Amino acid sequence: MDTVVIEVSGTLSAASSLFLASAGLTLIFGAMRVINLAHGSFYMFGAFLTTSLVGFATGARFWWAVPVAALAVALIGAGVELGVIRHIYGKEHLTQLLATYALFLIFADLALRIWGAESRAVPVPKSFFGSIEIAGEQIPKYNLVIVGTAIAVGVGLWLLLKLTTLGWRIRAAVDDPESLEASGVNLQLLFTVVFALGALLAGLGGAVISPQIAVTPGIDGSIIVGAFIVTVVGGLGSILGAAVAALLIGASETAGTLAAPDWASTFPYIAMIAILAVRPWGLFGQPER
Amino acid sequence: MSVLRSNPAADEKRASLLVRDVNTYYGASHVLQGVSLRLAEGEVVALLGRNGAGKTTLLRSIVGLTRARSGGVEVGGRDVRKAAPHTVARLGIAFVPSGRRVFGSLSVDENLRLSSRSCPRRKGPWSVARVYETFPKLADVKARGARHLSGGEQQMLKLGRALVTNPNILLLDEPTEGLAPVVVGQLGEWLELLRGEGFGVLLAEQNAMFALRHSDRGYILEKGRIRFEGSATELRSSEELLSGLGVSARAVRVVDAAEGRES
Ligand SMILES: Nc1ncnc2c1ncn2[C@@H]1O[C@H](COP(=O)(O)OP(=O)(O)OP(=O)(O)O)[C@@H](O)[C@H]1O
Ligand SMILES: [Mg+2]
Repeated sequence: MDTVVIEVSGTLSAASSLFLASAGLTLIFGAMRVINLAHGSFYMFGAFLTTSLVGFATGARFWWAVPVAALAVALIGAGVELGVIRHIYGKEHLTQLLATYALFLIFADLALRIWGAESRAVPVPKSFFGSIEIAGEQIPKYNLVIVGTAIAVGVGLWLLLKLTTLGWRIRAAVDDPESLEASGVNLQLLFTVVFALGALLAGLGGAVISPQIAVTPGIDGSIIVGAFIVTVVGGLGSILGAAVAALLIGASETAGTLAAPDWASTFPYIAMIAILAVRPWGLFGQPER
Repeated sequence: MSVLRSNPAADEKRASLLVRDVNTYYGASHVLQGVSLRLAEGEVVALLGRNGAGKTTLLRSIVGLTRARSGGVEVGGRDVRKAAPHTVARLGIAFVPSGRRVFGSLSVDENLRLSSRSCPRRKGPWSVARVYETFPKLADVKARGARHLSGGEQQMLKLGRALVTNPNILLLDEPTEGLAPVVVGQLGEWLELLRGEGFGVLLAEQNAMFALRHSDRGYILEKGRIRFEGSATELRSSEELLSGLGVSARAVRVVDAAEGRES
């Protein structure tokens, strides 16, 4: 049996991946009340763009490929908001789900055409190759990058929402979008920016996690399920909730592996059902008005 | 239907806000039926009417939160009927909605500082610091989450939020709603302050007695049409008009007498 260090490290890196995949989703829902199924597609684009940008050479190219991929996905996000999302604000959730599901299908097809059906790999950058010894255990070095990025994103979002005009506007848009626009803020532009920011986070998640996964068409669907669980358990719209939920889900997965390895993958779902039974609006969410 | 009287051309020129024959619908229901109104800087104008008459809809049609289907809304000579709400705000029209419409998850200070950056090109004497000077009570609760304020404090904050955008005209929707009588008295003082500062104020109120006490002119809106337009004195002295608003003229006289004023 593995030691505590390995379990903790595994939990942290799983939680970090989940948080990176869901932060943008919850940000977008919080400010715009749109459930974006295409969020998984943005994540997938982040990973695929990284494979293309890195090529198959290792080395320093990875470090510029990540931000470039994330920014490119942000641009795609802005385009999607302008072309589609802006026409479905305030519509029923079902309409929004269908519209964003259509986008999801289109993007999946597009990815298949551009990158093909084969799985691609991004080599772990040299400086984080191999493992590091912590308390006598070998931990993959690259886990540090994933955990570090998740912490940076979490703290960055917190500072943004707490200290900047943009962050205040995002929070004000959650509270009362009409009063915000009647005070002189261009709400449409704000929504485009928020949506692009959410897409950027998804793209960044996909890019940073790409060295640890097989990048194939289909990761968009698998990631959106995890991101959804985290977002709903944490409370739609709550960044802190997403962080806590990611840790809980990560931990429940680890606990599952230890207790009943055959059933490990069902543990997060059990955790989700248990939490939602007690708090249907999630850990840090608010009952819908 | 035109309600503009006396030299209309000159009046319209002076008006910084001009509403002309506006029709607004919610779905199939025709809520505003050819409403016209004008407001110049420096005057306080009451917009009276019973529950459901269309007061809120008129204010929303002016700022673009609800789109008027036809007619004209002019701000400083520019037609804004189809403009986005933020454009209207940047032309100097501040809408103060009714009820608890503060940014609840932001602190009082964040509410004000955020709003002070919403119309960056508008210059004027109002700053966050000046709002705190004018409403010292707000300065005391600066760091508090806005959703935890009392009704009176929220009203102050909504007003402060409007002022820091340095508007020319304030549209106040039902400011006395839900306020304790003492706070209504204070609100009256704030209105006098706004008048002194030269703002144009359009005051939508069910509380006709309060509104007429602080306004120069008034309009009576009934089922989406302007039924009457006149000076505040005229309105106050007409039993018929007042009873149409659900106010007995006797009540007005009683209040006036209590305040030592002739009606
Ligand atoms: N969002 C809406 N959808 C449909 N009908 C509406 C809507 N808002 C208001 N109405 C209707 O339009 C009419 C005018 O409403 P409005 O709120 O403008 O009146 P008001 O004079 O402000 O009333 P109050 O004094 O109660 O605030 C009412 O009949 C109301 O039921
Ligand atoms: Mg109203």
